[in-house]
Amino acid sequence: MAKKVGRSPKGDTKPEITPTTPVQIAAAAICARHGNKPDELLEIFHEMQHDLGYVPEETLPIIAKALNRSRAEIYGVLTFYHEFHRHPVGKHVVKICRAEACQSMGTDELCQHAESKLNVPLGGTTADGAVTIEQVFCLGNCALSPAVMVGEKLYGRVDPKRFDEIIAGLEKEAAE
Amino acid sequence: MTTVFVPLDAAALSMGADEVADAIINEASKRKLDVRVVRNGSRGMLYLEPLVEVETSKGRIAYGPVTVKDVPSLFDSDFLDGKDHKLGHGLTEEIPYFKNQERLTFARCGITDPFSIEDYRKHGGYDGLTKALAMKPIDIVTEVTTSGLRGRGGAGFPTGIKWKTVHDIAADQKYVACNADEGDSGTFADRMLMEGDPFCLIEGMTIAAVAGGATKGYIYVRSEYPHSVHNLRQAIEIARAANWLGDNIQGSGYSFDLFVRMGAGAYVCGEETSMLESLEGKRGLVRYKPPIPAIEGLFGKPTIINNVMSFAAVPIILAKGGEFYKNYGIGRSRGTLAFQITGNIKQGGLVEKAFGVTTRQLIEDWGGGTYSGRPVRAVQIGGPLGAYLPESKFDVPMDYEEFAKVDAMVGHGGLVVFDDTVDMAKMARFAMEFCAIESCGKCTPCRIGSTRGVEVMDRIIADVDRERNIELLEDLCETMTDGSLCALGGLTPYPVRSALRGFPEDFHKPAPNKFLADAAE
Repeated sequence: MAKKVGRSPKGDTKPEITPTTPVQIAAAAICARHGNKPDELLEIFHEMQHDLGYVPEETLPIIAKALNRSRAEIYGVLTFYHEFHRHPVGKHVVKICRAEACQSMGTDELCQHAESKLNVPLGGTTADGAVTIEQVFCLGNCALSPAVMVGEKLYGRVDPKRFDEIIAGLEKEAAE
Repeated sequence: MTTVFVPLDAAALSMGADEVADAIINEASKRKLDVRVVRNGSRGMLYLEPLVEVETSKGRIAYGPVTVKDVPSLFDSDFLDGKDHKLGHGLTEEIPYFKNQERLTFARCGITDPFSIEDYRKHGGYDGLTKALAMKPIDIVTEVTTSGLRGRGGAGFPTGIKWKTVHDIAADQKYVACNADEGDSGTFADRMLMEGDPFCLIEGMTIAAVAGGATKGYIYVRSEYPHSVHNLRQAIEIARAANWLGDNIQGSGYSFDLFVRMGAGAYVCGEETSMLESLEGKRGLVRYKPPIPAIEGLFGKPTIINNVMSFAAVPIILAKGGEFYKNYGIGRSRGTLAFQITGNIKQGGLVEKAFGVTTRQLIEDWGGGTYSGRPVRAVQIGGPLGAYLPESKFDVPMDYEEFAKVDAMVGHGGLVVFDDTVDMAKMARFAMEFCAIESCGKCTPCRIGSTRGVEVMDRIIADVDRERNIELLEDLCETMTDGSLCALGGLTPYPVRSALRGFPEDFHKPAPNKFLADAAE
């Protein structure tokens, strides 16, 4: 990969960057849909993450070329934002709010419960690849704390018991 | 046919509103009853969500919180005729929590179907823009200045002055940008409005565009709010189709188009210049000021940037006049603020009130005390960068200047309530930790100061050289306040110092254990 996209040792000619792998082709198509406009970079990352679950490293040179930005800039944007994943995540991403309002309602205990129940630390993915748990700061459901979000589904008043029900629901869904 | 309202607000959904709506439809068809379910916004009484309302000849009758299990019994008790039920609260508008508010910005939220322009028009929607389209732009600016409206995002800068700067400057392209990166814990007013009355924000931004001479606008919504993003995009489509957006709006000659952009989980992007960088597809690094965004903003062009709540206050200011709006409030804090009562609270929700109401009124009269039933010990006001107030300060009226006098800030109007089990040293540590996680990294006091702050707090908690470390913490706070580029580093000392001043005993507790003390050394 690196050989193909890097500057050649002599520095005189730049190898052509063309999308070859399936995710690279997908990335190029997404950029094109956004008119290859650099200001739509976040939208492009969102779309890639929606389709692939994360933003693969090998797509960065393709995006850089499409948007006429340097690879360093593209990489810099990707790594700046907490929301974007650079590596594959679980089938379900479970976000647990750790902000103040949720702390006042025991989110610290909820996080500990989640970690021990799923046997992974926050930010980790279960061994079977089903669930990734993440900390977030505020889901905007502060009057019904603690809040948890799975994909785009929001849950309020999540105590350890309700958390277990949510996880059980995901497992049931996966089994079906 | 009976109309039943089930909110589509994310908070209601988080308590099962979708499932309740389905259950009502199924139960009605099972019983062969003619029921129309309208998905409205939230009324803001979140402790009652999902709050189901039934339209009757007397008005709308409220039931809540309704779960799927309650649905058959609601039908059994003839809730479609507004009859009594154990979850019944009578007329929604007569519930004291709702009745005792002063709803200006949220006048329609929860009443209308968020995607119906007819509903919106019927409840006074687009009256403000209609007036504005017939006015000279400078007169619109004057009206907003007269109203005394100040930036609702937290900083409290007079909105009219900002608009005038953009109005007065000549440029080939100007923008309107809405900051909907509502990252503060304890706040959800922006979200509730974007989901429950999106046309109100669209109208406010359109008025700003006409006043400032902008033709393009962006709403920067945080990615944690997928429902808001969806609802706004849908409402924009509808407004465009009805010619309330786009070219030659309602034949006025003005053109304005609006786009939604999603953030990606960076708290600092709520800072206006960081938001601009993010809108341009870059890392959300804070910009130096000057130049101010009103002169060189998005893509280097003059830009009106306001918070959702500021834009959403504008339609009623134009419709009823700046003087009308100014009649609410006290001192230099005019109009209303949507207070959000959250955290450990029995009756959490949104309370729109004129400035002047006190913390005590909000958490006792509306909130009904803590959820846990234990005494209230501290309230953090104005988000994670706001001060922690002890009980002795609960009677300070909500007013930008009065709060500044006690080293606190009203901010976005969010109140996070803590009961007496809270450890304030831990909360002070968290403030530093949060700043360390969310710092954009551009300036040293914020980037490094916050990390050092976490370490100092660890030593204080572990009782390592405690008094000297408290002194060091004070020094560090001073450096961060004076030396940071933006409010993130500059205001993080607020929660830290207020915790230290208001709750010193929590910083002098015996160390949790010897192991921690060794680790912190």
